[in-house]
Amino acid sequence: MTTLLRPDAGSARIAGHDLVRQATAVRRSIGVTGQHVSVDGDLSGRENLRLFARLHRVRGPNDRAAELLDRFGLTEAADRRAAAYSGGMRRRLDLAVSLVRRPAVLFLDEPTTGLDPASRNGIRDAVRELTAAGTTVLLTTQYLEEADQLADDIVLLDRGRVARTGSPAELKALIGWYAEAVVADRDALPKAAAVLDRLTGAEPQFDHDRHAVGAVTTDPTLTLPRLVRELDAADVPLLDASLRPPTLDDVFLRLTGNPS
Amino acid sequence: MSTLAHDGVTMVGRQLRRVRNSPGLAVLAQLMPVNMLLFFGYVFGSALAMPGAEYRSFLVPGLLVATAAGGVMTGMFQAAQDTHRGVMDRFRTMPLSPAAVPLGQAVADLVVTAIGTVPLLLVGLAVGWRVQGPAPAAVAAVGLLLLFRFACTTVGILLGLLTRSEEAAGQLGASSFVLPLLSNAYIPTGNLPHWLRTLAEWNPISALTTALRDLFGNAPVPADSAWPVAHPVAGSVAWSTVLIAVCLPLAVRRYRRC
Repeated sequence: MTTLLRPDAGSARIAGHDLVRQATAVRRSIGVTGQHVSVDGDLSGRENLRLFARLHRVRGPNDRAAELLDRFGLTEAADRRAAAYSGGMRRRLDLAVSLVRRPAVLFLDEPTTGLDPASRNGIRDAVRELTAAGTTVLLTTQYLEEADQLADDIVLLDRGRVARTGSPAELKALIGWYAEAVVADRDALPKAAAVLDRLTGAEPQFDHDRHAVGAVTTDPTLTLPRLVRELDAADVPLLDASLRPPTLDDVFLRLTGNPS
Repeated sequence: MSTLAHDGVTMVGRQLRRVRNSPGLAVLAQLMPVNMLLFFGYVFGSALAMPGAEYRSFLVPGLLVATAAGGVMTGMFQAAQDTHRGVMDRFRTMPLSPAAVPLGQAVADLVVTAIGTVPLLLVGLAVGWRVQGPAPAAVAAVGLLLLFRFACTTVGILLGLLTRSEEAAGQLGASSFVLPLLSNAYIPTGNLPHWLRTLAEWNPISALTTALRDLFGNAPVPADSAWPVAHPVAGSVAWSTVLIAVCLPLAVRRYRRC
């Protein structure tokens, strides 16, 4: 979809342009940052930004370079060779280079993999700003909580095939909420499990270390007060009860049939 | 065309900036031919039947051409490095003129070569080499040399885009060292067995070396040689033109879809 490889089947339109027949128009609309698409290590960060700004015919390439260096916290390292940058700096420079002119569609291939939390947040903030300004971002990630925070639409891939698509809420709705009870002593777990079984109809999952048992529910009438009342009525020595939405990790594991 | 000019000039700027950022590499690259001039010139020059001073005069054009032929190596290494490190992929996701990247590299290389050949010429002058022919002929010789360098870089870029690996490019580049050995760059081919002489004289290096010796007035065109050496100027132009005409379009195509 970045025009690097020819599709072996099917077709796609990027920003309204056919991927194969209008490849140049596609290239005019996109920015790409990924593990295999990089900057020139023999140039400094500033030189890279100027080079790509010139190639994109950005007016005032030097000012644009300075502006992006500042925005991505690279001003101090601006005149060092990019090959000497740390992983996080390199990734920020890659992203900055893709943004020398605002692309209609931006491809980010695992932009936060292997980064420290501060760099990760920096990149996530940049993505939020971009999408708020109207850029479509196609981001691949292994961190599903990142997808949850950033994405409007998610495509879950399992072994190279599309497992499911939808918004985070839609995907989570597929497997329902997770009702959980934590009890005072281990012997009370079967009693709590029986209540959950009756309320949800789903098989309870035990976490013996935490004295917890839980089950997935799609029943909209199962509220937290009702859960607590039912458990209390069954004389369960309840310490904690919760009803929480599933994480995308839960969704992924369930949909791909790899329950852990 | 304006796209090609704009992108091409920007790419030339990129390559020159890279050289400026690591000037050590460019300097090191020039050590080799200078060393060879001194080593061959005095070691071989003392052992050959030809008088040493005359041999050194004979050797300088050969080394100029052998150095120009090194364009295969540097062209290949740079193209393979760009491909391997991913910056080529970034260029390929951009709306650039497809010829800009290979052409930019080849033109920048010409600039670097033109400057980088100065030390060899200076050392050549110091050991007795002189331009003995008329000035216009010498200018023509430089033109032929640059044309050949451009052709060799083009061959190298194509090979670099095909191999895509710095290691492979390094290995292939090292073995390209033998190309001038099978030509008249370091020795006269007159005494070689017939088949080997024919092979050496059809080596593009031989035609250009003969042309340079002739135009600089260092040595005459040898009698009864193969066509490219017997007509060295036409032979050099023909070789360079053919190499560029074949390799440049292929390199552009390969860049577009590797």
